[in-house]
Amino acid sequence: MRANKSNNIKKYAILGVLILLAGFFSIVTDSFLTASNLMNISRQVSMLGISAVGMTCVILTSGIDLSVGSVMAIVNIIGAKLMTEAGLPIFPAAVITLIVAAIVGLINGVMISYVGVPAFIVTLATMISLRGLAYVLCAGMPIWGLPDAFRTLGQGYLGPIPIPVIIMLIVFAIGWVFLNRTKTGRYIYGLGGNKEAVRLAGIRTARVGTIAYIISGFLTGLAGLIMLSRINTGQPKIGTSFEMDVITAVVLGGVSMRGGSGSILGVLVGVFITGILSNGMILLNISEYYQQIAKGLVLLFAVTLDTVANLRKN
Amino acid sequence: MDEQKILVSARQIVKRYPGVLALDKVDMDFYSGEIHAICGENGAGKSTFIKILTGAIQPDSGCIEIDSVVRNGFEPHEAMNDFGISAIYQEFNLIPALSIAENLFLGNEPRKNGLIDVNKMNKMAKEILQSLEVDLDPKLPVENLAVAYQQIVEIAKATYHKAKLLIMDEPTAPLTIHEVDTLFALVKRLKAQGITIIYISHRLLEIFELSDRVTVFRDGKKIATLKTSDTSKDELIHLMVNRKLEETYPERSHFIGEKILEVLHVSTATRLKDVSFLLHKGEILGFGGLVGAGRTELARAVYGADQITAGQILINGHKVSIRHPQNAVTLKIGLVPEDRKLHGIISELSVKENISFSSFNKVSKLGLINVSLLEQAATYMIKLLRIATPNTQKKVKELSGGNQQKVIIGRWLTSDCDIILFDEPTRGIDVGAKQEIYEHINELASQGKAIILISSDMQELLGMSDRIIVMHEGVITGELTKEEATQDKVLRLASGE
Repeated sequence: MRANKSNNIKKYAILGVLILLAGFFSIVTDSFLTASNLMNISRQVSMLGISAVGMTCVILTSGIDLSVGSVMAIVNIIGAKLMTEAGLPIFPAAVITLIVAAIVGLINGVMISYVGVPAFIVTLATMISLRGLAYVLCAGMPIWGLPDAFRTLGQGYLGPIPIPVIIMLIVFAIGWVFLNRTKTGRYIYGLGGNKEAVRLAGIRTARVGTIAYIISGFLTGLAGLIMLSRINTGQPKIGTSFEMDVITAVVLGGVSMRGGSGSILGVLVGVFITGILSNGMILLNISEYYQQIAKGLVLLFAVTLDTVANLRKN
Repeated sequence: MDEQKILVSARQIVKRYPGVLALDKVDMDFYSGEIHAICGENGAGKSTFIKILTGAIQPDSGCIEIDSVVRNGFEPHEAMNDFGISAIYQEFNLIPALSIAENLFLGNEPRKNGLIDVNKMNKMAKEILQSLEVDLDPKLPVENLAVAYQQIVEIAKATYHKAKLLIMDEPTAPLTIHEVDTLFALVKRLKAQGITIIYISHRLLEIFELSDRVTVFRDGKKIATLKTSDTSKDELIHLMVNRKLEETYPERSHFIGEKILEVLHVSTATRLKDVSFLLHKGEILGFGGLVGAGRTELARAVYGADQITAGQILINGHKVSIRHPQNAVTLKIGLVPEDRKLHGIISELSVKENISFSSFNKVSKLGLINVSLLEQAATYMIKLLRIATPNTQKKVKELSGGNQQKVIIGRWLTSDCDIILFDEPTRGIDVGAKQEIYEHINELASQGKAIILISSDMQELLGMSDRIIVMHEGVITGELTKEEATQDKVLRLASGE
């Protein structure tokens, strides 16, 4: 009973924070509460949101994926190279790029779940190496000359709604179904709560754990393609500290760093909190340095909330 | 007489847990410098009593008198520092990477100029070890020591803290026969130094070898305290049990079918050495033995949780390869593990998901879990096994132990297992729920399922099993039919006699 209550407190607290933030920025700025700005926020958070669904899977297993920012960079460079130098049409180039991203996830997953190296170390290593690889592949220079048609993915609209937002919502919907209505999804939840019990129920836990990292790699690849389309150049420095934004959003959304509990809808709320926070601060002309400070404090706040809720549970 | 001086006395101690009266008005006296054994079945209240003495839990009522101070329970640090009560559990509280000396003085290291005086610390540690007549280098890291020596470090820690009352909970369980002799000699030296020792053991022979007096617990009550020299093994067993087996174990019709599981010459890295046995359909095969005899390891090996290093397993006459629990589940083997919370329930998930956890395919359509099928499967099991839960949505960790156990049994029924391995299925479960678990196990057997029942509860083992295999230190030491099995015979085989 008590555990349920503290979970609920956490859930509502997060929704309350979202409403308070939105209310605050609506009052102190004129431009926040306009249809175009709200669309703008949604488009800005779409990449974060897509990657956050993957990160949710990983954190639910009580893991962590620090490599997502570098995956975004490698996707940026490889995608751009395939479409320019290699001259591949958009679709096959995108598919190959997504496969590369998923393979990074596979490598992370195998090292963590089968070999048993701590997730923090494995993904820290891939984060560092892939960033280096991104620079090596493009010799440190931006890649120009992407096909115009490719802009649609990141810059296009379907009716009034930006295409990246639609993709994000689809990813969240599929993520919800996957985590709540498939056996692998339920195993992912179980894994974070108690791995050995899941193994003894006859489930290949290493396989399930690996799948979570593949999903994270793949979805970050998708976010990276959208990013490539939006900026229309391959940039090796893209996605720097992206992993921190994604982790912040997921934890803000109520997913426990201990794994096993949290909901995908909460993560959507968490994603919008981070989006509204940076949008509102930009509208208020707060310098980027102060924004950083605020972001850090928000992360601390989210984890403290999680810790306190867990303390009460015990 | 000097030994009649009372060091600690407990008066009218009561401790209640939901559904169980763990201690029922217990009165006890411990004399200075005596070795006082406590025996009783699992769940008799021994551990609860010990936890109250060490301050790990507080009694609901009653008091403890020590050094003419009367207290209604105390905190762990008070027990240790103010009253000189130390306990040595089966799990040691040592930090593996630190040396013996560092472990001994952890938290109050001798200092010089604000820094730890390593030389002095090692010298003091050496003196403590010598006073126990143990020849160990205090600079050795604890992780390099054999279990028996780690235990000695624990004892040294207790003596350094000026323990007057030392509680030892099944101290010989992890030791080899030779190490047991060393420990006994040490315990006798401690007694000679005037330390009172409470010695908890299932092994009656040890009690007779070591103790001055012995107290029997049963169902949360103190039954009797006797001078060890005035009693006998038979009397102790009688006091511990004192219940007709037929009363608690439902009669069932036996129909033992053809053989389903053959385990042939199986060994593992965990403990098992050349273990072979047969299991038939409709049979309840009991496994008896002391803690650490290798019964859990056997169940884990059959289930694929541990790897087999030699030997083979046949199901229905066919050789099978079980390298992961998933193989076992596919072959329709289920495990109800000893540690329900750690190895059984998926605590954060709901009752209904726990019930279908090993067979989600049966409640899925096109790869998606069908909510109403999931609900149906759960409702069916809740009714069949009489699981007390307000709804199917409840998190399984919020159920009582007995109901959690039923959820796990329900999981294996849902996945339609033919062979179910029960490892201590009623440990920590209150009496009423125990009875129901027995009925369910019997019902499963009469449906033709093959059951392995590992139990340290002697009556349960004797009352439930059609046949009993007894293990000792990883090998099978004997097999008894229901008719020939007695508590005494099982105990003898279990202690490797």
